[in-house]
Amino acid sequence: MKKKALPNLYIALIMLFLYAPMAVMIVMSFNGTSSTSVLSGFSLKWYGELLNDRVTLQALSNTLILAITSSILALIIGTLAAVGINAMRKKWVKNAVLTVTNIPMMNPEIVTGVSMMLLFVFVGHMVSSRDVLGFPTLLIAHVTFNLPYVILSVLPKLKQTDKHLGEAAQDLGCTPLSAFFKVILPNISSGIITGFIMAFTLSLDDFIISYFVSGPKFQTLPIVIFSMTKKKVKPDMYALSTLIFVTVLVLLIIMNVMQARAEKKQKAIKQVK
Amino acid sequence: MNKQSLTSKLINAPYIIWSVLFILAPLVMVVYYAFTDRSGNFTWDNITALTAYKETFGRSIWYAVLATLICLLLSYPLAYIMSRSSASKQRTLMMLIMLPMWMNFLIRTYSWITILANTGILNTIFKAIGIGQVQMINTPGAVILGMVYNFLPYMVLPIYSVMSKLDYSLVEAAQDLGCNSRGVLRKVIFPMSLPGVISGITMVFVPSVSTFYISQKLGGGKFLLVGDSIEMQFQSAYNYNLGASLSLVLMLMIIVCMLVMNRFADKEEGAMII
Repeated sequence: MKKKALPNLYIALIMLFLYAPMAVMIVMSFNGTSSTSVLSGFSLKWYGELLNDRVTLQALSNTLILAITSSILALIIGTLAAVGINAMRKKWVKNAVLTVTNIPMMNPEIVTGVSMMLLFVFVGHMVSSRDVLGFPTLLIAHVTFNLPYVILSVLPKLKQTDKHLGEAAQDLGCTPLSAFFKVILPNISSGIITGFIMAFTLSLDDFIISYFVSGPKFQTLPIVIFSMTKKKVKPDMYALSTLIFVTVLVLLIIMNVMQARAEKKQKAIKQVK
Repeated sequence: MNKQSLTSKLINAPYIIWSVLFILAPLVMVVYYAFTDRSGNFTWDNITALTAYKETFGRSIWYAVLATLICLLLSYPLAYIMSRSSASKQRTLMMLIMLPMWMNFLIRTYSWITILANTGILNTIFKAIGIGQVQMINTPGAVILGMVYNFLPYMVLPIYSVMSKLDYSLVEAAQDLGCNSRGVLRKVIFPMSLPGVISGITMVFVPSVSTFYISQKLGGGKFLLVGDSIEMQFQSAYNYNLGASLSLVLMLMIIVCMLVMNRFADKEEGAMII
């Protein structure tokens, strides 16, 4: 027992470090005054104000729209790309494509954001439209940084899938397309789901890249939060973050419990065998 | 055969077109803007103007190196403890470490102001126990703390994932053969966890060296980093050409760092085999 005290203390200290700012945020969201540093009184007024704040709510819906559309697009293009890359025979072509795929992941986000902004501004100049930056440019940028995550989570599943399965299905009378949907897709679906979840959450939370490719007409939540932290932050931002925190916490706990149950089931099956 | 290559071309086409247009073309744009002036004529001016940013680059690298080292020192024991815990504890700890990554990083960073400010929580505690006020906000330390805080999970997760797959019978074998615990760590555990350490280092160093929000909020704008300079050129000074040349150098710097790291990792692995 004594032996475990030190590791546990260490874990507790790290968690204190990771969660201190979040505790501050949650406590201050119930503040009676508009200060984010001095706590005085308990109130729910910031939660009420949040519900009436049209800018924030609009930004929230924009963020969700962008995350859903960009992750679905990335899912389709990325899965196709993974199938294509997996079937490539020439090694140098495959390596070249994989290297390019890695660029958005390796490049610092600020460089990705800036480079896309330059491209959009440059093309905008050519077609002489003044404000090109808006939903389309945000969508393109988000799909671009989501793609590698989809591709890299689908590719390993494809490698595990037997190459001859598709051929066998075709020999048995499937068209190539139905062979893909009936045989290949079920085998890689777990990779597709992982990739989709990653893409969706990355898109929800992205600030740096969005900051450079967005215009005043279409703003996402992180961008609104940024412009608010430039001035003085009111506790309604903390109220919003507390709500997000609770949502994420509940989702993660559900996922965790489900995973634990699945593992228990597997163990039970093994024992029976 | 012909039909097959046509379908494979059709499958590959959307992604290849997408990556040429939106991954490669933007990088070409960075180079183009870095070597032209406002009217599009070739110039070296943006590159020579960078000499004024020597200090900024130096500071960025130095802070990022410190933040990466601190992350490594904090993460390594944590990842080890996690990998040796029971399965349910591992899951819970993983969840707790990943949860902050899902929260908006602007708000999380901003909350640190409340903790570190001169009238903030820590200083109130310090005063109560008689230490007196300590200047914490708007110091280099606060900026590095912000980096460590934001990017710590990126170091913990890869090291943990390598360590949880580590074969502990090797550790036992080393002990049976007379290795003491320090020897086991140095000769068995560390070399095997190296791939995780290397990917952790790049995952922390790259965002740290290029960050711009943390330094503005926790450093009070007094310690500008490369990211701040780039952000300023694009969002307030509107000198895209200078901004592009700053980005280009930042990008090249990171590529060089990664090549050196990979070379180092390869050598280490080679030495291990010998």
